Amino acid sequence: MDQNNAHRLKRRGLKVLHLVGLFLAMLVICLPGLWIVLNSLRPTVEIMAKPPVWIPQDISLDAYRAMFGGAGQGGIPVWEYFRNSLIISITSTIIALIIGMAGGYAFARYKFKGKSAVFLGFMLTRAVPGIALSLPLFMIFARLGIIDTHFSMILIYVALNVPFTIWLIDGFFRQVPKDLAEAAQIDGCTRWQAFWQVEFPLAGPGIASAGIFAFLTSWNEYALASQITRSVNSKTLPVGLLDYTSEFTIDWRGMCALAVVMIVPALTLTFIIQKHLVSGLTFGAVKG
Amino acid sequence: MAPVTLKKLVKRYGSVDVVHGIDLEVKDREFIALVGPSGCGKSTTLRMIAGLEDISDGVIEIGGKPVNDLPPRARNISMVFQSYALYPHMTVRENMGFSLKIGKVPQAEIDQRVNEAAAILDLEKYMDRRPSQLSGGQRQRVAMGRAIVRKPEVFLFDEPLSNLDAKLRTQVRTEIKRLHAKVQATMIYVTHDQVEAMTLSDRIVIMRDGHIEQVGTPEEVFKRPATRFVAGFIGSPPMNLNEATVDGGRLVLKGGQSLPLPLEFRNKVVAGEKVVFGLRPDDIYPTGHGLSSGEATDVHELSLPVSITEPLGNETLVFITLGEKEWVSRMLNPRPLAAGETIKLSFDLSQAHLFSAETGKTLRS
Repeated sequence: MDQNNAHRLKRRGLKVLHLVGLFLAMLVICLPGLWIVLNSLRPTVEIMAKPPVWIPQDISLDAYRAMFGGAGQGGIPVWEYFRNSLIISITSTIIALIIGMAGGYAFARYKFKGKSAVFLGFMLTRAVPGIALSLPLFMIFARLGIIDTHFSMILIYVALNVPFTIWLIDGFFRQVPKDLAEAAQIDGCTRWQAFWQVEFPLAGPGIASAGIFAFLTSWNEYALASQITRSVNSKTLPVGLLDYTSEFTIDWRGMCALAVVMIVPALTLTFIIQKHLVSGLTFGAVKG
Repeated sequence: MAPVTLKKLVKRYGSVDVVHGIDLEVKDREFIALVGPSGCGKSTTLRMIAGLEDISDGVIEIGGKPVNDLPPRARNISMVFQSYALYPHMTVRENMGFSLKIGKVPQAEIDQRVNEAAAILDLEKYMDRRPSQLSGGQRQRVAMGRAIVRKPEVFLFDEPLSNLDAKLRTQVRTEIKRLHAKVQATMIYVTHDQVEAMTLSDRIVIMRDGHIEQVGTPEEVFKRPATRFVAGFIGSPPMNLNEATVDGGRLVLKGGQSLPLPLEFRNKVVAGEKVVFGLRPDDIYPTGHGLSSGEATDVHELSLPVSITEPLGNETLVFITLGEKEWVSRMLNPRPLAAGETIKLSFDLSQAHLFSAETGKTLRS
């Protein structure tokens, strides 16, 4: 009896510890985000106060009003930045996905010379810090006259995302049994039809997650964009954050408000697509 | 009407040949089984017939026309995979109707043909389920249904039963046999299980290392195996095989003991010739416990100690040591035997097989 009690107590204790641990972890992950939202709603005095003010005293949407208010009232061309970000991120994501699907499929299904070397090469490109490329890229793009264009940013983000999408999509195609495409071919499909009718729908969740990753990378990227974009023609939202800094002051509240504006669409998109990320869809295809 | 003909069919991976120029004629509406141990090239051969594997050399004809360069969809075949290969994102109905949908058959006809197949295979209750919601046996039936719906000229089966448990396997085996009787199409069936091959097929093709060892009816390959390999492969428990040397009228088994030379082979071997002697477990039996074949003309009796027994209820497998090998004998109407007990065994030498030790080929002409 005592032993039972002891074990029950121990199990409860462990459960409490587990929950506390989870809470702490979530705190570390969520606090910065919450802090940003909070700071976008209160005056700089309160943001900078020492000791910190945890419970906001003076909440207002002034920063958002000012941001969309246009020049002269402390506003920035947020709609232009938003448009640029959207065009660049979506286009580069689509291109990266198309190349990633073609490449990933090839790596998953075909044997060819130097396959593992090429694959390793792709992965190595991820080891190069993006910022190290900014100067050479700037010089080349300047020569080509494509500085400050959507095209240059799309080019960069496609190059940045393709190795990753190939790697991810390769893994998902590998999980789709080869037999299925063969069965489809026997059922009357061409190779191309077999891909679209059978393999693509099954790898769909994987392709969607690769898409989310590619989109977020492009949406959030700052280092390279800050070098290559110059004006409202191509500046993206992360670069737009810099508009809130001036020689002597930083408008923390405005910056936080813009950050929130940036986070919202990314979060929405992720939520929408995540619903479709049903894993384990291939279960039941093969085996008894 | 679709006979399938293989002419000097070769499959080569790099410099390695896995199928060495095999010739085979499958008659229209015949059920033929390709059987052999793993790696013998039987699945590769089937995949070449299906068009899923390129042909390195030779010709494949379906219905009298060469199909070497036709894609799988143009060969008018259906295939049932070992893994079933059902489309997991489609329901049973969609799985079965998929080929017709791709072939742009009107929906009304698709429904009719799918329902027909479902009725044959008793699948009506499951039509709106996904493959993941089905048991192994049901999935297997859906895979067969998908094959039937196409009304192909040739059915190909690639080890379709090996993922099922033993009980279900027997059941589905019967269904396949019934299916063949019903749809009257040519069927080529790959398996490594000789029992499946024996029970299902009109003719069996035994393959080994990319060569065909023997083609024949189940009875032929069982009763008159052409090679030592076929003798050892077909039959369960397998044939007892022991190397021996011809010495006058006797066969001296490797390991010491000797048996009289079977009458049938008296003029077919010469003294000193090295042979492999084979006798099925059914043809060695504790005296009085064998098949009551009154005509046995060449029976020889030996007294030997029992090393171990495997009772199966209606019969008992009795293991004895003879020559250098452990031999299996089949005891009908069994009585309990103790290990070590010496019993009288009858060897029905009229059923014996002799193979050349050198080539492995039968010495029966």
